[in-house]
Amino acid sequence: MQEPRQNDVVRTAPVRAGISAGFVALQHGMGYVQGMETVAVFLSRDALDSLLDAIRQAGFGRLLGPVADQGAITYQTIESAAALPVGQGDQQEAGHYRLRNQGGPRAFAWAHGPSALKPLTFAPREVLWRCERDADGHLRFHDPDLTPAPTAVIGVRACDLAALRIQEQHFGKSPYPDPHFAARRASLFLVAVHCSHPAATCFCASTGDGPRAREGFDLALSELDAGFVLSAGSERGRAVLEALHLAPASAEQVAQADSEIDAAAQAQHRSLPSRDLKDALYARLEHPHWDQVGRRCLSCGNCTAVCPTCFCHAEVDEGPVTGAHVTHQRQWDSCFTATHSYMGHFLVREETRLRYRQWLTHKLGSWHEQYGRSGCVGCGRCITWCPVGIDITAEVAVLLEPDDAQT
Amino acid sequence: MPRPDHRGPDHRGPDHRGPDRPLEVEVVRRVQETTSIYTLHLAFTDPEAARGFEFRPGQYNMLYLYGVGEVPISMVSDPEAEGPVEHTIRAVGRVTRGLERLQVGDRLGLRGPYGRGWPLEAAEGRDVVVVTGGLGCAPVVSMIRYVMERRERFGRLVILQGVKHTDDLIWRRQYERWQAAPNTQVLLASDIGGPNWPYHVGKVTVLFSQAGIDPTRSIVMLCGPEPMMKASIDRLLALKVPPEALWLSIERNMQCGIGHCGHCQVGPYFVCQDGPVFHYPQLRPWLGVTGF
Repeated sequence: MQEPRQNDVVRTAPVRAGISAGFVALQHGMGYVQGMETVAVFLSRDALDSLLDAIRQAGFGRLLGPVADQGAITYQTIESAAALPVGQGDQQEAGHYRLRNQGGPRAFAWAHGPSALKPLTFAPREVLWRCERDADGHLRFHDPDLTPAPTAVIGVRACDLAALRIQEQHFGKSPYPDPHFAARRASLFLVAVHCSHPAATCFCASTGDGPRAREGFDLALSELDAGFVLSAGSERGRAVLEALHLAPASAEQVAQADSEIDAAAQAQHRSLPSRDLKDALYARLEHPHWDQVGRRCLSCGNCTAVCPTCFCHAEVDEGPVTGAHVTHQRQWDSCFTATHSYMGHFLVREETRLRYRQWLTHKLGSWHEQYGRSGCVGCGRCITWCPVGIDITAEVAVLLEPDDAQT
Repeated sequence: MPRPDHRGPDHRGPDHRGPDRPLEVEVVRRVQETTSIYTLHLAFTDPEAARGFEFRPGQYNMLYLYGVGEVPISMVSDPEAEGPVEHTIRAVGRVTRGLERLQVGDRLGLRGPYGRGWPLEAAEGRDVVVVTGGLGCAPVVSMIRYVMERRERFGRLVILQGVKHTDDLIWRRQYERWQAAPNTQVLLASDIGGPNWPYHVGKVTVLFSQAGIDPTRSIVMLCGPEPMMKASIDRLLALKVPPEALWLSIERNMQCGIGHCGHCQVGPYFVCQDGPVFHYPQLRPWLGVTGF
């Protein structure tokens, strides 16, 4: 980027412009149209495979869809709609996740599994470069091949699209946009499903990120008992829809779809008190509640692994014992590990309370200064998958109790 | 005081190659400074890469030891000097202990420069006060050399250096040479004195009263352990040096150098890109807060 970066107390407009310019560059070519107006069409349930075929015809030969497997909904390669988790629902609470068969025709009547889109764009392990050493000790560095298979993901949630957008900002920012993330992102065709069955741990309505998918998808659908109300969010999504020659959805179908999304928002009982908690948290860095959470937290890092926006990663070298070549890789890391703040002679965050405070004040505080919004999209996975049930919404509520305010 | 963009030139476009792929360099000279501190003089094996490499004092490179890993190290050479890039390193961790074994002719990887350096433009015409402690010296050496080579463009140069033990003082001859330069004052202090230590005994803060710092003319650059910098800043503010005249270089765990990996965050900042040199008013809320 050409803009000078000024050292101001808060990141200033030029920085933001750099971030958004990188972000726009990342999206270039995918043809996303924000607020694209397309006529909603109706796809009957038994025609779902024709949609999958049309997506394949559009060049996305690999389809990932939700599958009920080993007790959880996960994205796996699917061949047809028959693999979808028809009749499955999920029951989520703090530290609790169970699938249950609730019957009925629907394939998307659940909230989400542990995995967001994150592993598809920010891979858990990624080769950044390779290096060869010859007999004379000379080194040759090579970029890895960046041609991920074109992949369509069926059943993407609004919260995960919002998180993807945040990760696009992070990995797309100037002056070093990440080519690995960009290539993976560009390989995806995203079929969102507006959420009608939020879990008890969901609070996307309060963060403003769901339950309706608003942007960043190619197609979005609402599931009704009889079928799907479909609309496009990109030119290539529109092309897929046009190939299907579907009739417009009826006013009743659209109204039913909208009312289910509204009901999904109403059903959420967890929430964050504000979309910007930066100042409130910064004012409470010495609050006694950090100690209290620190005693419960196992520092296991589950929350950061399931969080769709957490981006920390470690860099490691890996190679055969012959030493002839090495791959330099990045792998997911967590601010809950001791090594995350390792400084050679000391740890910046030796105690668990300091790690939890780092995570929360980053996610809900400093994230605003870095990316212009909170780093939380309200998916609630950190609540569900915490082995001791630490609840971000409950901890924030305690921290913000007026009696304990320290300012 | 103007706040110039003190970022270095961005010599690599995103399209040329991976943003974090190293270039090959060769050790062309190696100096053992103390038992655990050494300096590597590194030359690019590709002349094209050498021509494209420009940095500012205070920036750093990621040095890559084959098969072991990378480590961020600041440059100590003058940015406009022809020839190899110099890095002074203390053998303290896995990578730096490995780098210590490299000999002249050995190859390693280098990528950079990264981050923001010292505010060169803001320093022009002013007294430059450098406060360092321990090995904190390395990131300011390039700045001191920069001033020394362009002495007429700056006012007084005051170097205040504190070390823990007298043995920790590296570049002793260099300090003596700097001391002899015109309009330059060098004050040294060691926590623990000893034979052959003609300088002060105590913390670096004992030196401020003798430094004769003119608060209206000075720009201060600090580098070293954070408690030392915090104590020094308190002393400088008491001497009526305005907070806007203070700049400091800090360290955190850095693995990518390009603002992606997340380890180096201090509050809202990615030290690897927003630093390592910060304007003190930026960092004030976070300095000395345990855990950040």
